[in-house]
Amino acid sequence: MSGKLHFSLVSPERELFAGNVDQVDAAGVEGDFGVLANHAPFMTALKTGVVTVRDGGSARVFEIEGGFADVTPDGLTILAESAVERV
Amino acid sequence: MASLKEMRNRIASVKATQKITKAMQMVAAAKLRRSQDAAMGARPYASRMAAAIANLAAGVSGDSAPKMLAGTGSDQRQLVVVATSDRGLAGGFNSNIVRAARDHIVALTNEGKTVSIITVGKKALAPLRRQFGDKIVASYEAGAKPSLDAALAIASDIAELFESGQVDVVSLFYSRFKSVVQQIPTNKRLIPASVEAGTEPIDLKGAAYEYEPAEDELLDVLLPRNLNVQVFSAMLENQAGFYASQMAAMDNATRNAGDMIKAYTIQYNRTRQAQITKELIEIISGAEAL
Repeated sequence: MSGKLHFSLVSPERELFAGNVDQVDAAGVEGDFGVLANHAPFMTALKTGVVTVRDGGSARVFEIEGGFADVTPDGLTILAESAVERV
Repeated sequence: MASLKEMRNRIASVKATQKITKAMQMVAAAKLRRSQDAAMGARPYASRMAAAIANLAAGVSGDSAPKMLAGTGSDQRQLVVVATSDRGLAGGFNSNIVRAARDHIVALTNEGKTVSIITVGKKALAPLRRQFGDKIVASYEAGAKPSLDAALAIASDIAELFESGQVDVVSLFYSRFKSVVQQIPTNKRLIPASVEAGTEPIDLKGAAYEYEPAEDELLDVLLPRNLNVQVFSAMLENQAGFYASQMAAMDNATRNAGDMIKAYTIQYNRTRQAQITKELIEIISGAEAL
């Protein structure tokens, strides 16, 4: 198994991000969390906040407004009510 | 036989119509691209949402399952949501949806069920009001561009009818955008939430899901949101299908106008020729008589 996490961020309008990354940090309703590759299955509601996608040395930050995170053996999917990338 | 002037006018009028249909076709083609992208862009969200719900639904069972997922245990009171476009001139697009919905409503009524209707789009309201005027509980316009807020208004109306116990089953009629040449009138059950065939719960490879908050709380938030997304994606699919259908219809109309112009022009030229010949004969025979 690769050491990368498959991550996709989708909003109702479109898919904002899809690809393999090192780590994703997000704000769950019961606390912030980070997901690495091979995380245990996990599902949570998200607060309004930021999702940080780290890959190599770089990081991309998305601001989301509520949603869900779903971690499966296939990777992490975040369904955001609305999402924009912070530039 | 029509006079030459009448025929000239008719050709000019068909040419003017052709210009309009040609312009409409090009506008529809341009808008189709954008709305098709929007419809395709929304699909991952809707399908992932369905997968998440399928996962959750596998976890909760029996009495603990929320009603939106499991149903009220009755199917006596049915709510039918019919979504079309606001505008016409798109071939059979709207009438196909309305026909499918009407058949469904009539079948339900014959089974003795109580039916209420919510229409989305002006082209659903007009024909259904004629036949089922007393059954329509709310009607919305589809709007120039589907927005989440518009879908939210409709979805919360549906949720309220359900939560207040006025309906048991909710189905949504819209046109699924299969391709530019194929839009399929579809009946999608919204409540109880249908786990679409093919969306298997994901294989967890022996591990157990962890939920934050607990399953039922998560479902309570997820299901209304799913309703919203389903309505939104139906509106997007409708929009794309509408423009595809309009483009095809206007393409046909433009071609038909071209055929008509050709036929009229031939007829016009023949008549003109016959008239000239007739005048010549008159002149010649007049000259001979002198």
